[in-house]
Amino acid sequence: MKVRAQIGMVLNLDKCIGCHTCSITCKNVWTSREGVEYAWFNNVETKPGIGFPKEWENQQKWNGGWVRNKSGKLELKIGGKRRILANIFANPDLPEIDDYYEPFDFDYQHLHNVGDTKHQPVARPRSLISGQRMEKIEWGPNWEEILGTEFAKRKIDQNFNEVVQKDIYGQFEKTFMMYLPRLCEHCLNPACVAACPSGAIYKREEDGIVLIDQDKCRGWRMCVSACPYKKIYYNWKTGKSEKCTFCFPRIEAGQPTVCSETCVGRIRYLGVLLYDADKIEVAANTPNEKDLYQAQLDIFLDPNDPVVIAAARAEGISDNWIKAAQRSPVYMMAMEWKVALPLHPEYRTLPMVWYVPPLSPIQSAVQAGHVGMNGEIPDLKSLRIPLRYLANMLTAGDEAPVVRALERMIAMRAFKRAQQVDGIEDAEVLKQVGLTPVQVEEMYRYMALANYEDRFVIPTSHRAYAENAYDLKSSCGFSFGNGCGDGNNGVNLFGTKAKGVRQVIPVEIKD
Amino acid sequence: MAHLNLFAFGIYPYIAIAIMVIGSWIRYDREQYSWKTSSSQLLESKQLRKGSIAFHIGVLGIFLGHFFGLLMPKEIWYLFGITTQMKQLIAIGAGGLFGLICFYGLTVLIKRRLFNPRIRATSNPMDIAILFLLYAQLILGLLSITVSMGHLDGAEMLKLMAWAQNTVTFNSVAAAEAISGVHWIFKMHVFLGMTLFVVFPFSRLVHMLSVPVQYISRQHQIVRQRFVR
Repeated sequence: MKVRAQIGMVLNLDKCIGCHTCSITCKNVWTSREGVEYAWFNNVETKPGIGFPKEWENQQKWNGGWVRNKSGKLELKIGGKRRILANIFANPDLPEIDDYYEPFDFDYQHLHNVGDTKHQPVARPRSLISGQRMEKIEWGPNWEEILGTEFAKRKIDQNFNEVVQKDIYGQFEKTFMMYLPRLCEHCLNPACVAACPSGAIYKREEDGIVLIDQDKCRGWRMCVSACPYKKIYYNWKTGKSEKCTFCFPRIEAGQPTVCSETCVGRIRYLGVLLYDADKIEVAANTPNEKDLYQAQLDIFLDPNDPVVIAAARAEGISDNWIKAAQRSPVYMMAMEWKVALPLHPEYRTLPMVWYVPPLSPIQSAVQAGHVGMNGEIPDLKSLRIPLRYLANMLTAGDEAPVVRALERMIAMRAFKRAQQVDGIEDAEVLKQVGLTPVQVEEMYRYMALANYEDRFVIPTSHRAYAENAYDLKSSCGFSFGNGCGDGNNGVNLFGTKAKGVRQVIPVEIKD
Repeated sequence: MAHLNLFAFGIYPYIAIAIMVIGSWIRYDREQYSWKTSSSQLLESKQLRKGSIAFHIGVLGIFLGHFFGLLMPKEIWYLFGITTQMKQLIAIGAGGLFGLICFYGLTVLIKRRLFNPRIRATSNPMDIAILFLLYAQLILGLLSITVSMGHLDGAEMLKLMAWAQNTVTFNSVAAAEAISGVHWIFKMHVFLGMTLFVVFPFSRLVHMLSVPVQYISRQHQIVRQRFVR
């Protein structure tokens, strides 16, 4: 057993209102620069839809993630190492800018300068890449917002595979929608890391955050193709790939990521997961795709188990991390209540951002008598969002875990309603879904109330203690510009920004 | 004229190689963030695939041909039973073939860089300059085939080999002397070739030093420790 810690995230889709605050705050902090205007480390998609970039879930097209090859070994879908190197002159699986969208701005100045005109002046769009006029904007980062575009285009969404009679969901009365906020999954078995020819991408041992070493990146672009979530973006200005950093400067200081902090729906949770790194390869190589969800659960270690605690300490995981793991909302939702599920486990990357599936209109229908009941719980087949659709998204097509998660959420509501409106403890409804009243009260506290302290349980990294100040003493004296240290005297041979001035959010630690 | 010849072919090569080595070293050491392939495939993929693959295959073939053709002593070629005449024919044939592949690729890439609005707008002056330098060098190389056709005995080639081998063994006077009698196209080709060495550290050409060979033997996953706990 090799215990490692990972900061994981859960998004409670049942509460996502699709306000895009996460995307905007993330954009403002991380990607409001030339070269990555088109990049959204965090974006919110309206499902069903083809998403951003176009059809990112269609791995027949993009070849992202891992596959088991004929000899039963795990291999990148874009090909083995030799094939990756053979394609190094031109990557056949690379999305083009139009698969994302051509970034644009508007000629606002025209509104000021136009003078007297007969007609109302307009600010027309201009490409941020070529600088040329764009006559018509054809696509954007969120083109399908609230079921934008025709159903005929949206229905090629891969999650519709094997959904019976998918065409009926194009009808106004039958249609459904949900929001899917997406960011880098900080996978346990990241395909981007494995595909990087330069070895520039790495997973941090202490918190599992996957980062790109900007100095080592040479711009071979294989990571963009290998990532099945298409969450690595090639910066066309700097020639380097960039990705979600999980706001590591904030995480190190014990603060939530910007997207989590600013989420107005309070749908995001951050917490520590302990896992067994020795099991990763076997789990990712589980033969049957539908078993991948369970295999991933089996990697996680119980942070209250004395054996695990001892092993974690032996690996040098500090006590505040172990304590945080014991209070981790992510562990509770994923492991104890099993209401949170991974996004597309069939990509075999073992993603670490999990999702609570959304309930869809059903309660009101139950009351109106339209829906069949299954004991105390309404029959989930009557949900507006087809179970199969959610299962394709979250459990590689296995409906049972989705049903369990949704039933538990319905049971929680029924129990709390009975308790608070009728004043009775309805234990029957809980029995059916295998929960105890104590568990449901906890679920209610975490999922319904969702206080800040419960949502974000992030231990600090104690950087001050970790770096030996004595070793750093006198380590860098006089420096000519930008080598050792971050001297910046303007002398620069090759016309790039000096190192050491990379801007991060200033963090203030409050207790 | 002799002085100019000595400078261009006896001294300039050393200056060029020194600039290339020291310049690349400094850039790698201090400005690694700028060390990259500078790919523009994200902005335009189709033409790039056509041009880049052909260009790289061509240029690699040409590079290997020059490397072995110029630097391997003729005695070793004889050991393999390859006479000077045969070697001259191989050089014309292989060089011509890879040269044409490269020419096709480079033509596509230049057209793309100049006339695709996205690529043009995001190009550095050096991105464009380097393409034209390579294009000029390639065209000179292809033109030199016509000169070689008049010297199928390989005499001209032997002079160039003598120049290269004397240069790398630091006999700069002998090197300059050996090359003094060759056709001006060859002289231009050699001079421009040395100039490419000069430009090397200041351009995207540095990415050829980062050919990711270690990837083949590397483990898939990489884990780094931020701090020693």
